[in-house]
Amino acid sequence: MSDTKGIGKIIFTSSLGTLIEWYDFYIFGMLAKTISLQFFPEGNETTALLSTLAIFAAGFLVRPFGALVFGRLGDLIGRKSTFLLTLVLMGGSTFLIGLIPSYASIGIFAPLLVLLLRLVQGLALGGEYGGAATYVAEYAPANRRGYFTSWIQTTATLGLFVSLGVIMLVKSNMSDAAFNAEWGGWRYPFWISIVLVVVSIYIRLKMSESPLFSKLKEEGKTSVNPLKESFGHRANFKMVLLALFGAVMGQGVIWYTGQFYAQSFLENTAKLDFMQSREILLWGIALGTPFFLVFGALSDKIGRKWIMIIGMLLGAICYRPIFSTFLKDTNVDNYTADLHKPGAPFVVVKSDILKTDTIKSINTIVTTTKTQWMLPNNIQLVENRTDSLLNYQLGLNASLKKDAKPVFNGKILPSDMKWKFIFLVWCMIIFVTMAYGPIAAFLVELFPTKIRYTSMSLPYHIGNGVFGGLVPFIATLLSVSFTNDPLVGLWYPIGIALLCALIGMMFLNNKIDTNVND
Amino acid sequence: MKTIKRIIGALLMIAAPIILFLLIKGAIDNIHVDGTKDINKPIPWIVIITIFTPISLGLGIFGYYAFQGDYDVLPKSSEDI
Repeated sequence: MSDTKGIGKIIFTSSLGTLIEWYDFYIFGMLAKTISLQFFPEGNETTALLSTLAIFAAGFLVRPFGALVFGRLGDLIGRKSTFLLTLVLMGGSTFLIGLIPSYASIGIFAPLLVLLLRLVQGLALGGEYGGAATYVAEYAPANRRGYFTSWIQTTATLGLFVSLGVIMLVKSNMSDAAFNAEWGGWRYPFWISIVLVVVSIYIRLKMSESPLFSKLKEEGKTSVNPLKESFGHRANFKMVLLALFGAVMGQGVIWYTGQFYAQSFLENTAKLDFMQSREILLWGIALGTPFFLVFGALSDKIGRKWIMIIGMLLGAICYRPIFSTFLKDTNVDNYTADLHKPGAPFVVVKSDILKTDTIKSINTIVTTTKTQWMLPNNIQLVENRTDSLLNYQLGLNASLKKDAKPVFNGKILPSDMKWKFIFLVWCMIIFVTMAYGPIAAFLVELFPTKIRYTSMSLPYHIGNGVFGGLVPFIATLLSVSFTNDPLVGLWYPIGIALLCALIGMMFLNNKIDTNVND
Repeated sequence: MKTIKRIIGALLMIAAPIILFLLIKGAIDNIHVDGTKDINKPIPWIVIITIFTPISLGLGIFGYYAFQGDYDVLPKSSEDI
Protein backbone atom coordinates (compact mmCIF):
# COMPACT_ATOMS: atom_id res chain seq x y z
CA MET A 1 0.00 0.00 0.00
CA SER A 2 1.47 3.33 -0.94
CA ASP A 3 -1.27 5.91 -0.44
CA THR A 4 -2.98 6.99 2.75
CA LYS A 5 -6.46 7.50 1.34
CA GLY A 6 -9.07 6.13 3.75
CA ILE A 7 -6.47 5.12 6.31
CA GLY A 8 -8.02 7.47 8.91
CA LYS A 9 -11.26 5.50 8.79
CA ILE A 10 -9.39 2.20 9.04
CA ILE A 11 -7.43 3.41 12.04
CA PHE A 12 -10.55 4.79 13.71
CA THR A 13 -12.62 1.63 13.27
CA SER A 14 -9.79 -0.67 14.36
CA SER A 15 -8.73 1.48 17.31
CA LEU A 16 -12.24 2.05 18.61
CA GLY A 17 -12.93 -1.67 18.93
CA THR A 18 -9.54 -2.34 20.54
CA LEU A 19 -10.05 0.54 22.97
CA ILE A 20 -13.43 -0.88 23.98
CA GLU A 21 -11.89 -4.30 24.53
CA TRP A 22 -9.27 -2.81 26.83
CA TYR A 23 -11.98 -0.83 28.64
CA ASP A 24 -13.96 -4.04 29.17
CA PHE A 25 -10.94 -5.90 30.48
CA TYR A 26 -9.88 -3.11 32.86
CA ILE A 27 -13.19 -2.34 34.54
CA PHE A 28 -13.25 -5.81 36.03
CA GLY A 29 -9.81 -5.26 37.58
CA MET A 30 -10.62 -1.76 38.78
CA LEU A 31 -13.86 -2.84 40.41
CA ALA A 32 -12.23 -5.97 41.85
CA LYS A 33 -13.01 -5.00 45.47
CA THR A 34 -16.72 -4.45 44.80
CA ILE A 35 -16.95 -7.51 42.56
CA SER A 36 -15.31 -9.50 45.32
CA LEU A 37 -17.94 -8.32 47.85
CA GLN A 38 -20.79 -9.21 45.49
CA PHE A 39 -19.59 -12.51 44.08
CA PHE A 40 -16.73 -13.82 46.20
CA PRO A 41 -17.66 -13.27 49.86
CA GLU A 42 -14.90 -13.70 52.44
CA GLY A 43 -14.75 -16.80 54.58
CA ASN A 44 -15.92 -19.16 51.84
CA GLU A 45 -13.09 -21.35 50.55
CA THR A 46 -14.77 -22.22 47.25
CA THR A 47 -15.45 -18.61 46.29
CA ALA A 48 -11.92 -17.64 47.38
CA LEU A 49 -10.58 -20.29 45.01
CA LEU A 50 -12.80 -19.10 42.15
CA SER A 51 -11.79 -15.49 42.81
CA THR A 52 -8.08 -16.34 42.62
CA LEU A 53 -8.68 -18.31 39.43
CA ALA A 54 -10.60 -15.39 37.89
CA ILE A 55 -7.72 -13.03 38.63
CA PHE A 56 -4.77 -15.21 37.67
CA ALA A 57 -6.06 -17.58 35.00
CA ALA A 58 -7.66 -14.86 32.85
CA GLY A 59 -4.45 -12.84 32.51
CA PHE A 60 -1.78 -15.49 32.60
CA LEU A 61 -3.22 -18.59 30.97
CA VAL A 62 -6.21 -17.61 28.86
CA ARG A 63 -4.75 -14.51 27.18
CA PRO A 64 -1.87 -16.40 25.51
CA PHE A 65 -4.28 -19.22 24.71
CA GLY A 66 -6.64 -16.68 23.08
CA ALA A 67 -3.68 -15.41 21.06
CA LEU A 68 -3.16 -18.92 19.68
CA VAL A 69 -6.85 -19.63 19.03
CA PHE A 70 -7.72 -16.32 17.36
CA GLY A 71 -4.29 -15.84 15.79
CA ARG A 72 -4.76 -19.14 13.98
CA LEU A 73 -8.29 -18.18 13.00
CA GLY A 74 -7.11 -14.77 11.73
CA ASP A 75 -4.49 -16.41 9.52
CA LEU A 76 -6.98 -18.98 8.24
CA ILE A 77 -10.22 -17.06 7.65
CA GLY A 78 -9.10 -13.44 7.76
CA ARG A 79 -8.39 -10.51 10.06
CA LYS A 80 -11.75 -8.77 9.80
CA SER A 81 -14.00 -11.68 10.79
CA THR A 82 -11.68 -12.71 13.61
CA PHE A 83 -11.39 -9.41 15.38
CA LEU A 84 -15.12 -8.88 14.92
CA LEU A 85 -15.66 -12.14 16.78
CA THR A 86 -13.32 -11.13 19.61
CA LEU A 87 -15.23 -7.86 19.99
CA VAL A 88 -18.57 -9.68 20.24
CA LEU A 89 -17.16 -12.11 22.82
CA MET A 90 -15.57 -9.36 24.89
CA GLY A 91 -18.55 -6.99 24.81
CA GLY A 92 -21.07 -9.77 25.41
CA SER A 93 -19.21 -11.22 28.39
CA THR A 94 -18.68 -7.78 29.94
CA PHE A 95 -22.35 -6.90 29.64
CA LEU A 96 -23.37 -10.27 31.09
CA ILE A 97 -21.07 -9.83 34.11
CA GLY A 98 -23.10 -6.70 34.86
CA LEU A 99 -26.30 -8.79 34.84
CA ILE A 100 -25.28 -11.62 37.17
CA PRO A 101 -27.16 -11.54 40.50
CA SER A 102 -24.93 -11.53 43.57
CA TYR A 103 -23.78 -14.51 45.63
CA ALA A 104 -26.47 -13.60 48.19
CA SER A 105 -29.17 -14.19 45.53
CA ILE A 106 -28.02 -17.23 43.54
CA GLY A 107 -25.22 -18.68 45.64
CA ILE A 108 -22.29 -20.49 44.03
CA PHE A 109 -23.65 -19.95 40.49
CA ALA A 110 -22.75 -16.26 40.79
CA PRO A 111 -18.96 -16.70 41.17
CA LEU A 112 -18.97 -19.60 38.70
CA LEU A 113 -20.62 -17.46 36.03
CA VAL A 114 -18.28 -14.53 36.76
CA LEU A 115 -15.26 -16.82 36.45
CA LEU A 116 -16.53 -18.24 33.16
CA LEU A 117 -17.21 -14.81 31.66
CA ARG A 118 -13.87 -13.46 32.90
CA LEU A 119 -12.12 -16.32 31.12
CA VAL A 120 -14.04 -15.46 27.93
CA GLN A 121 -12.81 -11.87 28.35
CA GLY A 122 -9.21 -13.07 28.61
CA LEU A 123 -9.65 -15.27 25.55
CA ALA A 124 -11.12 -12.42 23.49
CA LEU A 125 -8.40 -9.98 24.54
CA GLY A 126 -5.79 -12.49 23.42
CA GLY A 127 -7.20 -12.35 19.92
CA GLU A 128 -7.98 -8.68 19.51
CA TYR A 129 -4.69 -6.80 19.51
CA GLY A 130 -2.85 -8.90 16.93
CA GLY A 131 -5.77 -8.56 14.54
CA ALA A 132 -6.09 -4.80 14.87
CA ALA A 133 -2.33 -4.17 14.61
CA THR A 134 -1.98 -6.49 11.61
CA TYR A 135 -5.02 -5.00 9.91
CA VAL A 136 -3.81 -1.40 10.20
CA ALA A 137 -0.21 -2.30 9.30
CA GLU A 138 -1.30 -4.12 6.16
CA TYR A 139 -3.11 -0.98 5.00
CA ALA A 140 -0.39 1.49 6.00
CA PRO A 141 2.27 2.78 3.60
CA ALA A 142 5.76 1.46 4.36
CA ASN A 143 7.23 4.82 5.31
CA ARG A 144 4.49 5.58 7.89
CA ARG A 145 3.72 2.18 9.34
CA GLY A 146 5.08 3.08 12.76
CA TYR A 147 2.93 6.19 12.94
CA PHE A 148 -0.29 4.56 11.78
CA THR A 149 0.03 1.48 14.00
CA SER A 150 0.88 3.69 16.98
CA TRP A 151 -2.79 4.69 17.01
CA ILE A 152 -3.55 1.09 17.93
CA GLN A 153 -0.88 1.39 20.63
CA THR A 154 -2.74 4.29 22.26
CA THR A 155 -5.82 2.13 22.81
CA ALA A 156 -4.53 0.13 25.77
CA THR A 157 -3.71 3.33 27.66
CA LEU A 158 -6.84 5.14 26.50
CA GLY A 159 -8.90 2.10 27.53
CA LEU A 160 -7.43 2.51 31.01
CA PHE A 161 -8.18 6.25 30.87
CA VAL A 162 -11.82 5.71 29.83
CA SER A 163 -12.42 2.97 32.39
CA LEU A 164 -10.93 5.13 35.16
CA GLY A 165 -13.00 8.11 34.00
CA VAL A 166 -16.30 6.20 33.77
CA ILE A 167 -15.84 4.62 37.21
CA MET A 168 -14.91 7.98 38.79
CA LEU A 169 -17.88 9.66 37.09
CA VAL A 170 -20.36 7.06 38.33
CA LYS A 171 -18.81 6.95 41.80
CA SER A 172 -18.78 10.71 42.24
CA ASN A 173 -22.51 10.93 41.51
CA MET A 174 -23.70 8.57 44.22
CA SER A 175 -22.97 7.51 47.76
CA ASP A 176 -20.62 4.60 48.50
CA ALA A 177 -23.61 2.56 49.66
CA ALA A 178 -25.51 3.17 46.41
CA PHE A 179 -22.42 2.36 44.36
CA ASN A 180 -21.67 -0.89 46.20
CA ALA A 181 -25.29 -2.15 46.46
CA GLU A 182 -26.22 -5.45 44.76
CA TRP A 183 -27.71 -3.67 41.73
CA GLY A 184 -25.79 -0.46 42.40
CA GLY A 185 -23.60 1.91 40.39
CA TRP A 186 -20.67 -0.49 40.03
CA ARG A 187 -22.73 -2.32 37.36
CA TYR A 188 -23.14 0.78 35.14
CA PRO A 189 -19.64 0.59 33.57
CA PHE A 190 -20.42 -3.02 32.57
CA TRP A 191 -23.76 -2.04 31.04
CA ILE A 192 -22.26 0.94 29.20
CA SER A 193 -20.01 -1.55 27.42
CA ILE A 194 -22.86 -3.01 25.37
CA VAL A 195 -23.63 0.39 23.81
CA LEU A 196 -19.97 0.92 22.91
CA VAL A 197 -19.64 -2.58 21.51
CA VAL A 198 -22.81 -2.39 19.37
CA VAL A 199 -21.58 0.87 17.83
CA SER A 200 -18.14 -0.62 17.22
CA ILE A 201 -19.55 -3.83 15.70
CA TYR A 202 -21.73 -1.76 13.35
CA ILE A 203 -18.69 0.21 12.21
CA ARG A 204 -16.47 -2.86 11.88
CA LEU A 205 -19.06 -4.72 9.82
CA LYS A 206 -18.61 -2.10 7.13
CA MET A 207 -14.87 -2.67 6.92
CA SER A 208 -13.36 -4.75 4.17
CA GLU A 209 -10.74 -7.46 4.61
CA SER A 210 -7.05 -6.51 4.72
CA PRO A 211 -5.77 -6.14 1.13
CA LEU A 212 -2.70 -8.30 1.74
CA PHE A 213 -4.71 -11.12 3.26
CA SER A 214 -7.32 -10.89 0.46
CA LYS A 215 -4.54 -11.17 -2.11
CA LEU A 216 -3.08 -14.21 -0.38
CA LYS A 217 -6.50 -15.81 -0.28
CA GLU A 218 -7.14 -15.14 -3.94
CA GLU A 219 -3.82 -16.72 -4.82
CA GLY A 220 -4.52 -19.67 -2.52
CA LYS A 221 -1.36 -18.93 -0.55
CA THR A 222 -2.83 -18.68 2.96
CA SER A 223 -1.34 -20.93 5.59
CA VAL A 224 -2.86 -24.38 6.01
CA ASN A 225 -1.56 -24.79 9.55
CA PRO A 226 -0.53 -21.42 11.06
CA LEU A 227 0.41 -22.90 14.45
CA LYS A 228 2.79 -25.41 12.91
CA GLU A 229 4.31 -22.86 10.56
CA SER A 230 4.70 -20.30 13.35
CA PHE A 231 6.12 -22.47 16.09
CA GLY A 232 7.12 -25.70 14.37
CA HIS A 233 9.53 -24.22 11.85
CA ARG A 234 12.84 -23.18 13.36
CA ALA A 235 13.31 -20.19 11.05
CA ASN A 236 10.07 -18.57 12.21
CA PHE A 237 10.11 -19.85 15.78
CA LYS A 238 13.49 -18.23 16.41
CA MET A 239 11.94 -14.88 15.40
CA VAL A 240 9.00 -15.48 17.78
CA LEU A 241 11.50 -16.07 20.59
CA LEU A 242 13.52 -13.01 19.60
CA ALA A 243 10.37 -10.87 19.61
CA LEU A 244 9.47 -12.12 23.08
CA PHE A 245 12.84 -11.97 24.85
CA GLY A 246 14.37 -9.08 22.89
CA ALA A 247 11.41 -6.66 22.87
CA VAL A 248 8.01 -7.56 24.27
CA MET A 249 9.12 -8.99 27.62
CA GLY A 250 10.76 -5.69 28.63
CA GLN A 251 8.00 -3.59 27.09
CA GLY A 252 5.43 -5.58 29.12
CA VAL A 253 7.01 -4.78 32.50
CA ILE A 254 7.56 -1.12 31.57
CA TRP A 255 3.94 -0.84 30.49
CA TYR A 256 2.58 -2.48 33.63
CA THR A 257 4.84 -0.66 36.10
CA GLY A 258 4.19 2.79 34.61
CA GLN A 259 0.43 2.51 34.66
CA PHE A 260 -0.85 -0.13 37.07
CA TYR A 261 1.90 -0.56 39.63
CA ALA A 262 2.22 3.23 39.92
CA GLN A 263 -1.47 3.61 40.75
CA SER A 264 -1.47 0.69 43.17
CA PHE A 265 1.68 2.07 44.87
CA LEU A 266 0.20 5.55 45.25
CA GLU A 267 -2.99 4.19 46.78
CA ASN A 268 -1.77 1.26 48.86
CA THR A 269 1.81 2.12 49.81
CA ALA A 270 1.88 5.93 49.73
CA LYS A 271 -1.73 5.84 51.11
CA LEU A 272 -3.08 8.56 48.85
CA ASP A 273 -6.78 9.31 48.69
CA PHE A 274 -8.71 7.05 46.26
CA MET A 275 -9.85 9.90 44.00
CA GLN A 276 -6.55 11.82 44.08
CA SER A 277 -4.44 8.78 43.19
CA ARG A 278 -6.66 8.26 40.16
CA GLU A 279 -6.65 11.95 39.27
CA ILE A 280 -2.84 11.87 39.22
CA LEU A 281 -2.85 8.84 36.92
CA LEU A 282 -5.50 10.35 34.65
CA TRP A 283 -3.46 13.53 34.15
CA GLY A 284 -0.27 11.54 33.59
CA ILE A 285 -1.99 9.41 30.95
CA ALA A 286 -3.78 12.34 29.28
CA LEU A 287 -0.54 14.31 28.92
CA GLY A 288 1.55 11.28 27.95
CA THR A 289 -0.68 9.50 25.42
CA PRO A 290 0.12 11.76 22.41
CA PHE A 291 3.71 10.56 22.67
CA PHE A 292 2.68 7.10 21.42
CA LEU A 293 2.15 8.84 18.08
CA VAL A 294 5.36 10.86 18.40
CA PHE A 295 7.52 7.78 18.99
CA GLY A 296 5.58 5.75 16.43
CA ALA A 297 6.31 8.42 13.82
CA LEU A 298 9.93 8.79 14.97
CA SER A 299 10.41 5.03 14.55
CA ASP A 300 9.58 5.46 10.84
CA LYS A 301 12.55 7.83 10.59
CA ILE A 302 15.22 6.26 12.79
CA GLY A 303 14.06 2.64 13.22
CA ARG A 304 12.14 0.88 16.00
CA LYS A 305 14.89 -0.82 17.95
CA TRP A 306 16.63 2.00 19.80
CA ILE A 307 13.46 3.85 20.77
CA MET A 308 12.11 0.72 22.45
CA ILE A 309 15.42 -0.08 24.13
CA ILE A 310 15.93 3.47 25.42
CA GLY A 311 12.39 3.38 26.86
CA MET A 312 13.24 0.17 28.75
CA LEU A 313 16.58 1.53 29.98
CA LEU A 314 15.04 4.81 31.17
CA GLY A 315 12.46 2.82 33.13
CA ALA A 316 15.15 0.64 34.68
CA ILE A 317 17.23 3.68 35.68
CA CYS A 318 14.43 5.96 36.90
CA TYR A 319 11.96 3.67 38.68
CA ARG A 320 13.69 3.60 42.05
CA PRO A 321 14.28 7.39 42.26
CA ILE A 322 10.67 8.05 41.16
CA PHE A 323 9.02 5.64 43.58
CA SER A 324 11.40 6.72 46.34
CA THR A 325 10.18 10.30 45.83
CA PHE A 326 6.55 9.12 46.11
CA LEU A 327 7.38 7.46 49.40
CA LYS A 328 9.52 10.27 50.83
CA ASP A 329 7.12 13.09 49.96
CA THR A 330 4.10 11.32 51.44
CA ASN A 331 5.89 10.21 54.60
CA VAL A 332 4.05 11.72 57.59
CA ASP A 333 5.58 9.59 60.35
CA ASN A 334 7.11 12.71 61.94
CA TYR A 335 3.66 14.15 62.47
CA THR A 336 1.37 11.22 63.27
CA ALA A 337 2.91 10.48 66.67
CA ASP A 338 2.14 14.04 67.86
CA LEU A 339 -1.34 14.49 66.38
CA HIS A 340 -3.14 14.52 69.74
CA LYS A 341 -0.51 16.39 71.76
CA PRO A 342 -1.86 19.62 73.25
CA GLY A 343 -0.61 22.69 71.35
CA ALA A 344 0.54 20.67 68.34
CA PRO A 345 0.22 22.64 65.05
CA PHE A 346 -2.37 20.39 63.44
CA VAL A 347 -5.85 21.38 62.29
CA VAL A 348 -8.84 19.07 62.35
CA VAL A 349 -10.62 19.49 59.01
CA LYS A 350 -13.43 17.06 59.76
CA SER A 351 -14.17 14.45 62.38
CA ASP A 352 -16.89 11.81 62.21
CA ILE A 353 -17.87 9.11 64.64
CA LEU A 354 -18.43 6.15 62.33
CA LYS A 355 -19.62 3.59 64.87
CA THR A 356 -20.27 3.22 68.60
CA ASP A 357 -20.65 -0.25 70.06
CA THR A 358 -21.61 -0.90 73.67
CA ILE A 359 -20.26 -4.18 75.01
CA LYS A 360 -22.14 -4.61 78.29
CA SER A 361 -20.47 -7.88 79.25
CA ILE A 362 -17.11 -6.14 79.67
CA ASN A 363 -18.56 -2.75 80.59
CA THR A 364 -16.96 -1.04 77.59
CA ILE A 365 -17.96 1.37 74.84
CA VAL A 366 -15.93 1.07 71.60
CA THR A 367 -15.94 4.11 69.32
CA THR A 368 -14.59 4.19 65.76
CA THR A 369 -13.74 7.67 64.54
CA LYS A 370 -12.46 9.03 61.28
CA THR A 371 -10.63 12.34 61.56
CA GLN A 372 -9.23 14.38 58.69
CA TRP A 373 -6.16 16.40 59.69
CA MET A 374 -4.32 19.18 57.95
CA LEU A 375 -0.58 18.80 58.61
CA PRO A 376 1.97 21.65 58.60
CA ASN A 377 3.26 20.49 55.18
CA ASN A 378 -0.30 20.98 53.83
CA ILE A 379 -0.95 17.27 53.37
CA GLN A 380 -4.40 16.24 54.52
CA LEU A 381 -4.52 12.93 56.28
CA VAL A 382 -7.29 10.63 57.50
CA GLU A 383 -6.83 9.01 60.88
CA ASN A 384 -8.98 5.93 61.57
CA ARG A 385 -8.98 5.06 65.26
CA THR A 386 -10.90 2.74 67.54
CA ASP A 387 -10.92 3.98 71.16
CA SER A 388 -12.44 2.17 74.10
CA LEU A 389 -14.17 3.70 77.12
CA LEU A 390 -13.62 1.22 79.94
CA ASN A 391 -15.88 0.90 82.99
CA TYR A 392 -18.38 3.33 81.49
CA GLN A 393 -21.10 2.34 83.97
CA LEU A 394 -18.97 3.49 86.86
CA GLY A 395 -19.27 7.14 85.83
CA LEU A 396 -16.31 9.08 87.13
CA ASN A 397 -14.12 6.00 87.33
CA ALA A 398 -14.43 5.39 83.62
CA SER A 399 -11.13 5.46 81.73
CA LEU A 400 -10.37 6.02 78.07
CA LYS A 401 -8.08 3.53 76.35
CA LYS A 402 -6.81 5.20 73.21
CA ASP A 403 -6.10 3.20 70.08
CA ALA A 404 -2.34 2.61 70.13
CA LYS A 405 -2.12 1.91 66.42
CA PRO A 406 -4.55 4.09 64.47
CA VAL A 407 -4.63 3.56 60.70
CA PHE A 408 -3.56 6.50 58.51
CA ASN A 409 -4.64 6.77 54.88
CA GLY A 410 -6.61 8.95 52.48
CA LYS A 411 -3.76 11.47 52.09
CA ILE A 412 -4.62 14.49 49.94
CA LEU A 413 -1.57 16.28 48.58
CA PRO A 414 -1.34 20.07 48.19
CA SER A 415 -1.50 21.34 44.62
CA ASP A 416 2.27 21.77 44.04
CA MET A 417 3.04 18.28 45.29
CA LYS A 418 0.16 16.82 43.27
CA TRP A 419 1.57 18.33 40.08
CA LYS A 420 5.02 17.02 40.95
CA PHE A 421 3.52 13.53 41.23
CA ILE A 422 1.64 14.02 37.93
CA PHE A 423 4.96 14.93 36.32
CA LEU A 424 6.62 11.78 37.70
CA VAL A 425 3.73 9.58 36.50
CA TRP A 426 3.91 11.36 33.14
CA CYS A 427 7.63 10.47 32.93
CA MET A 428 6.75 6.81 33.46
CA ILE A 429 4.04 7.04 30.78
CA ILE A 430 6.67 8.48 28.42
CA PHE A 431 8.84 5.39 29.03
CA VAL A 432 5.73 3.34 28.18
CA THR A 433 5.16 5.28 24.96
CA MET A 434 8.80 4.72 23.93
CA ALA A 435 8.77 0.99 24.61
CA TYR A 436 5.22 0.39 23.39
CA GLY A 437 4.61 2.95 20.63
CA PRO A 438 6.69 1.33 17.86
CA ILE A 439 6.14 -2.30 18.85
CA ALA A 440 3.15 -3.08 16.58
CA ALA A 441 5.10 -2.03 13.48
CA PHE A 442 8.15 -3.90 14.77
CA LEU A 443 6.18 -7.14 15.26
CA VAL A 444 4.31 -6.87 11.97
CA GLU A 445 7.56 -6.46 10.04
CA LEU A 446 9.10 -9.50 11.72
CA PHE A 447 6.69 -12.11 10.32
CA PRO A 448 5.28 -13.12 6.92
CA THR A 449 1.67 -12.19 6.07
CA LYS A 450 0.32 -15.73 6.03
CA ILE A 451 1.22 -16.43 9.68
CA ARG A 452 1.54 -12.87 10.98
CA TYR A 453 -1.54 -12.83 13.22
CA THR A 454 -0.51 -16.04 15.02
CA SER A 455 3.21 -15.30 15.21
CA MET A 456 2.90 -11.81 16.68
CA SER A 457 -0.06 -12.41 19.01
CA LEU A 458 1.58 -15.04 21.20
CA PRO A 459 4.78 -13.16 22.14
CA TYR A 460 2.75 -9.97 22.62
CA HIS A 461 0.38 -11.54 25.13
CA ILE A 462 3.09 -13.48 26.95
CA GLY A 463 5.13 -10.27 27.23
CA ASN A 464 2.28 -8.10 28.42
CA GLY A 465 -0.06 -10.57 30.12
CA VAL A 466 2.50 -12.80 31.82
CA PHE A 467 5.69 -10.76 32.31
CA GLY A 468 3.78 -7.50 32.84
CA GLY A 469 0.97 -9.09 34.83
CA LEU A 470 3.44 -10.69 37.23
CA VAL A 471 4.73 -7.31 38.49
CA PRO A 472 2.45 -7.10 41.59
CA PHE A 473 2.84 -10.80 42.45
CA ILE A 474 6.65 -10.78 42.26
CA ALA A 475 6.72 -7.41 44.05
CA THR A 476 4.82 -8.95 46.97
CA LEU A 477 7.07 -12.00 46.90
CA LEU A 478 10.21 -9.84 47.05
CA SER A 479 8.81 -7.59 49.77
CA VAL A 480 8.11 -10.63 51.96
CA SER A 481 11.65 -11.94 51.42
CA PHE A 482 13.47 -8.61 51.81
CA THR A 483 11.54 -6.61 54.39
CA ASN A 484 14.04 -3.75 54.88
CA ASP A 485 13.58 -2.19 51.45
CA PRO A 486 10.07 -0.86 50.71
CA LEU A 487 11.01 -0.53 47.02
CA VAL A 488 12.43 -4.03 46.63
CA GLY A 489 9.48 -5.05 44.41
CA LEU A 490 10.83 -2.78 41.68
CA TRP A 491 13.82 -5.04 41.10
CA TYR A 492 11.61 -7.40 39.07
CA PRO A 493 10.59 -4.89 36.35
CA ILE A 494 14.08 -3.34 36.47
CA GLY A 495 15.76 -6.74 36.03
CA ILE A 496 13.45 -7.87 33.22
CA ALA A 497 13.75 -4.51 31.42
CA LEU A 498 17.56 -4.63 31.64
CA LEU A 499 17.75 -8.25 30.43
CA CYS A 500 15.40 -7.51 27.55
CA ALA A 501 17.31 -4.33 26.63
CA LEU A 502 20.57 -6.32 26.60
CA ILE A 503 19.10 -9.04 24.37
CA GLY A 504 17.49 -6.40 22.15
CA MET A 505 20.74 -4.43 21.80
CA MET A 506 22.71 -7.51 20.87
CA PHE A 507 20.25 -9.40 18.69
CA LEU A 508 17.69 -7.04 17.13
CA ASN A 509 18.04 -5.31 13.83
CA ASN A 510 17.24 -1.61 13.52
CA LYS A 511 16.44 -1.91 9.84
CA ILE A 512 12.84 -1.21 8.86
CA ASP A 513 11.39 -3.92 6.62
CA THR A 514 9.60 -1.82 4.02
CA ASN A 515 7.93 -4.80 2.40
CA VAL A 516 5.28 -6.49 4.52
CA ASN A 517 3.61 -7.99 1.44
CA ASP A 518 5.73 -11.12 1.67
CA MET B 1 29.87 -9.44 18.54
CA LYS B 2 29.25 -13.02 17.50
CA THR B 3 31.22 -14.28 20.52
CA ILE B 4 29.18 -12.11 22.88
CA LYS B 5 25.98 -13.50 21.33
CA ARG B 6 27.27 -17.03 21.92
CA ILE B 7 28.11 -16.21 25.56
CA ILE B 8 24.65 -14.66 26.14
CA GLY B 9 23.11 -17.75 24.55
CA ALA B 10 25.04 -20.05 26.88
CA LEU B 11 24.08 -17.96 29.93
CA LEU B 12 20.39 -18.02 28.96
CA MET B 13 20.50 -21.80 28.54
CA ILE B 14 21.79 -22.02 32.11
CA ALA B 15 19.34 -19.37 33.37
CA ALA B 16 16.21 -21.09 32.03
CA PRO B 17 16.17 -24.11 34.40
CA ILE B 18 17.38 -21.92 37.29
CA ILE B 19 14.37 -19.59 36.87
CA LEU B 20 12.01 -22.55 36.90
CA PHE B 21 13.75 -23.99 39.96
CA LEU B 22 13.49 -20.65 41.78
CA LEU B 23 9.78 -20.43 41.00
CA ILE B 24 9.13 -23.93 42.34
CA LYS B 25 11.23 -23.15 45.41
CA GLY B 26 9.31 -19.87 45.85
CA ALA B 27 6.05 -21.83 45.77
CA ILE B 28 7.25 -24.35 48.34
CA ASP B 29 8.56 -21.61 50.66
CA ASN B 30 5.55 -19.32 50.47
CA ILE B 31 2.42 -21.45 50.30
CA HIS B 32 0.86 -21.43 53.78
CA VAL B 33 -2.59 -22.67 54.70
CA ASP B 34 -3.21 -19.70 56.99
CA GLY B 35 -1.59 -17.08 54.72
CA THR B 36 -3.76 -14.28 53.35
CA LYS B 37 -1.67 -12.92 50.47
CA ASP B 38 -1.78 -14.23 46.92
CA ILE B 39 1.74 -15.61 47.30
CA ASN B 40 0.46 -17.84 50.14
CA LYS B 41 -2.19 -19.52 47.96
CA PRO B 42 -1.44 -22.54 45.79
CA ILE B 43 -3.58 -21.56 42.77
CA PRO B 44 -1.51 -18.54 41.63
CA TRP B 45 1.67 -20.60 41.89
CA ILE B 46 0.13 -23.48 39.91
CA VAL B 47 -1.00 -21.04 37.20
CA ILE B 48 2.35 -19.22 37.11
CA ILE B 49 4.48 -22.37 37.07
CA THR B 50 2.20 -23.88 34.39
CA ILE B 51 2.66 -20.88 32.11
CA PHE B 52 6.34 -20.35 33.00
CA THR B 53 7.41 -23.90 32.21
CA PRO B 54 7.04 -23.44 28.43
CA ILE B 55 8.36 -19.87 28.71
CA SER B 56 11.57 -20.97 30.43
CA LEU B 57 11.84 -23.80 27.92
CA GLY B 58 11.53 -21.11 25.24
CA LEU B 59 14.26 -19.07 26.93
CA GLY B 60 16.50 -22.14 26.92
CA ILE B 61 15.77 -22.75 23.21
CA PHE B 62 16.45 -19.06 22.48
CA GLY B 63 19.79 -19.42 24.27
CA TYR B 64 20.52 -22.59 22.33
CA TYR B 65 19.74 -20.91 19.00
CA ALA B 66 21.90 -17.93 19.97
CA PHE B 67 24.70 -20.30 20.99
CA GLN B 68 24.37 -22.11 17.65
CA GLY B 69 24.69 -18.81 15.77
CA ASP B 70 21.12 -18.67 14.43
CA TYR B 71 20.94 -14.95 15.18
CA ASP B 72 24.31 -14.03 13.68
CA VAL B 73 22.52 -12.93 10.52
CA LEU B 74 18.85 -12.02 10.74
CA PRO B 75 16.58 -12.58 7.73
CA LYS B 76 16.41 -9.53 5.47
CA SER B 77 12.76 -10.09 4.62
CA SER B 78 9.95 -12.43 5.59
CA GLU B 79 10.68 -14.50 2.48
CA ASP B 80 13.92 -15.62 4.12
CA ILE B 81 11.96 -17.13 7.01
